[in-house]
Amino acid sequence: MNTAMNTGMTEPATTPRIRMETKEITVDYGNNRGVRNVSLEFEDRKVNALIGPSGCGKTTFLRALNRMHDLMRGVTVTGQALLDGDDIYAPGVDPVTVRRRIGMVFQKPTPFPTMSIFDNVVAGLKLVGIRDRDRLLEVAERSLKQAALWDEVADRLKSPASRLSGGQQQRLSIARALAVEPDVLLMDEPTSSLDPAATRRIEELVGVLKEDVTIIIVTHNMQQAARISDVTSFFLDGEVIETGPTDKMFTNPEDERTEQYVTGRFG
Amino acid sequence: MNLQRRYWRDRIMLGLVILASLVVLTPLLIVIWYVVSQGISALNLDFFTKDLGSPTRVRFGQPTGLAQAIAGTFFIDMAALVMAVPVGIGAGMMLAEYKEHPLNPLLRVLNDTMNGMPAILKGLLVFTLVVRPSGTFSGFAGSLALGIVMLPIIARATEGALTLVPWSIREAGLALGLPRWRVILAAVLPVARPGLVTGVLIAFARAAGEAAPLLLTSLGNNFLPRNAWNPLEYLTKAADTLPQRLYSLAVSPYEEWHAMGWAAGIILLALVIVVFLVGRLLTRRSR
Amino acid sequence: MRITTRTGSRWGDRAFLTILTIFGLSVVAIAVLMAWTLGRDALGPLERFGFFGFLTGTRWDPVSGTFGAWPFLLGTLITSVAALALSFLPALGLAILSAEYAPKWLATAIDYIVDLLAAIPSVVLGIWGILVLAPALRDSVYRPIVAWATENAPSQLAWLGNPTGYGLVTATLVLALMIVPYTTALARDAIRLVPAEQREAAWGLGATRWEVLRMAVLPYARGGIAAGAVLSFGRALGETMAVAMLIGNSARLPLTLFGPASTMPSVIVNEFREAVNTLHLNSLLAIGFYLFLISLVVNLGAAWIQRRLVPGNTGL
Repeated sequence: MNTAMNTGMTEPATTPRIRMETKEITVDYGNNRGVRNVSLEFEDRKVNALIGPSGCGKTTFLRALNRMHDLMRGVTVTGQALLDGDDIYAPGVDPVTVRRRIGMVFQKPTPFPTMSIFDNVVAGLKLVGIRDRDRLLEVAERSLKQAALWDEVADRLKSPASRLSGGQQQRLSIARALAVEPDVLLMDEPTSSLDPAATRRIEELVGVLKEDVTIIIVTHNMQQAARISDVTSFFLDGEVIETGPTDKMFTNPEDERTEQYVTGRFG
Repeated sequence: MNLQRRYWRDRIMLGLVILASLVVLTPLLIVIWYVVSQGISALNLDFFTKDLGSPTRVRFGQPTGLAQAIAGTFFIDMAALVMAVPVGIGAGMMLAEYKEHPLNPLLRVLNDTMNGMPAILKGLLVFTLVVRPSGTFSGFAGSLALGIVMLPIIARATEGALTLVPWSIREAGLALGLPRWRVILAAVLPVARPGLVTGVLIAFARAAGEAAPLLLTSLGNNFLPRNAWNPLEYLTKAADTLPQRLYSLAVSPYEEWHAMGWAAGIILLALVIVVFLVGRLLTRRSR
Repeated sequence: MRITTRTGSRWGDRAFLTILTIFGLSVVAIAVLMAWTLGRDALGPLERFGFFGFLTGTRWDPVSGTFGAWPFLLGTLITSVAALALSFLPALGLAILSAEYAPKWLATAIDYIVDLLAAIPSVVLGIWGILVLAPALRDSVYRPIVAWATENAPSQLAWLGNPTGYGLVTATLVLALMIVPYTTALARDAIRLVPAEQREAAWGLGATRWEVLRMAVLPYARGGIAAGAVLSFGRALGETMAVAMLIGNSARLPLTLFGPASTMPSVIVNEFREAVNTLHLNSLLAIGFYLFLISLVVNLGAAWIQRRLVPGNTGL
């Protein structure tokens, strides 16, 4: 762990490390273009927000980052998506491994309803064959703490996950995704089905999580992007119009369309 | 865990699933093959025009056939349909269009229960209520039993078809000032018609293949009645039907009767398949 | 413009509703009648032998007038449970194939074939069983096994029984084939209803196809799958013709594997014509009554299961 981070002193200026980057990613649904030639860089352990009006392609792009489109018939993805320099779309790359290193949290909280809280959290670990009880408990505790859910469920890990509230279920989904220790966490509008109090808790969570994981978050809520992200990319009609530090994007964007969107002129 | 091993397990599971499916589908094809190949030779003109008579006919090479069973099936099943369709559609309408009626919960539970009851019990019901008191087995009793088999199927299918009709159709009818009953009959019913017809067809095919209830009610008859075209001849006396006759032929010791049994099987299978296809066609066209 | 008085349309509505209510009541009446008449006619034997006495009596002897239904209850339970056990995994496999793996055209074809299997009349499977399957099994399976046992394990011969080809095993095999569609249809529907988000959550964790099924889909669908199994069991209990044609029809306890046996529906059909004396006939009706009770319990059980085990319904 980088101890310089804990002292509160400014770090010596270093080139920001790029954890993930895309080169000319294009996603086609049959004859329609979902996303065109998107090339973005995602810095290590920063929160990157993707914003834009409905249908602009931000979710389509996000899903290309962990090869979720592999599962849909009739969708083709071209271009490269590099994780630590390796293209996840290169021939011979195993998508299952890709999805372990790049985790995802969805819009609707989706705990597996027939499993307990504990079984949900460690579901990903059991897939790779980790059975050791102590190890599982250890990871479960760590992930639930990371997701700020531990205090609320520590005494009832075996109770069904379906009994949790919406906000708790979403934090459980986050814990589940974190349990396999991904390098990057993709979040697809994680708070849009939650009430404001739950939303706030998740937003606080994101601020803390970024110390461990690189986060790429899609949100239709501009204020949320302004609150929690370090870098923002604005999508429109399948293309990235502009990308930059969040402060700049919201106060002094370069492109006129960006300005119109962030000031609420359309969207 | 080894990724390779996980992928292998994936493949093995797919293989098992395919194997399981073949285990089921193969016997089906084998059965159909046997029925057709064994029965086709007995499907001659005599089969459709002569009645069965006693086993001596076979021994002396006299013409024999299943005309009485075919006729019996026709008249008895038609009579069953005539009784079951109005009641079934009515009950289905009750369930779908008058959901607030207090009878509904009971009706639904009992209808579903009847649907799941073995057909033989329906035959027993008619036996105790009609055959025993009247002292005769009759085609009419058979119709009653088959009607009771058809009834819950028709009711359930009707309810399903009516429920699928969008609410806006009823609203449009009511907005025109039509009373509720006319909205149902004139606006909703036509839209649901394909589903209804399919339901009736399926019920008919199911009942047409049932033998157990008929063994207890219409019993069977080796001979054509004097007036082969008069429905009453079949309904008032013990009558023959294809499924029940198939059973008797199959358990009999005579080869020639076995052959006619297979042939009866062809007819029943053809009936089922035709109804099936027509039903599919109807539901597809209504999309 | 005159506005029609409401009483006009009121009469039409009233009449219509009355007609529908009559039809609805008919259905109710039939169901109630069934329970009542079967119960009423069963009273004689039940009084004679006792409610449980009749059920557990092991002797069924029309000649001496002793009627105990235990051999048939056993036969029914053994064949139905075994048929369910045999058919469950293949039926589930078909459902998974259709709902998960197969492309649309293949899935439709599979669904058609499964529906076709359900539509085949019992007597047709019966005649095939009696004239083709039973002799084949007798010659290639039962007789060789008994021959082997005669040489090598004579102590086992007692429970192996007489390999005529018509007995528990043959009947169970055909029964298993017949009840597959019920499990398959309900399981397939339940699997299709599993929300896409559940699958995606599993995919997102890095699961393989089978692992997604095992972890997210099948558990979620378990209510429908279980209901399908119970429904299949219910059908097996009441299945009459094919079983009657293949089970050998003996009123003795079904204690042998290959030897003849009977089930509740099969004995009714088989002894019906010869049951001249009232006690015999009423005893057959009493068996019908018990069959009715068992079917009722199983059908209600299936409905209950479907309600309880489907996520989003109660509690779970």
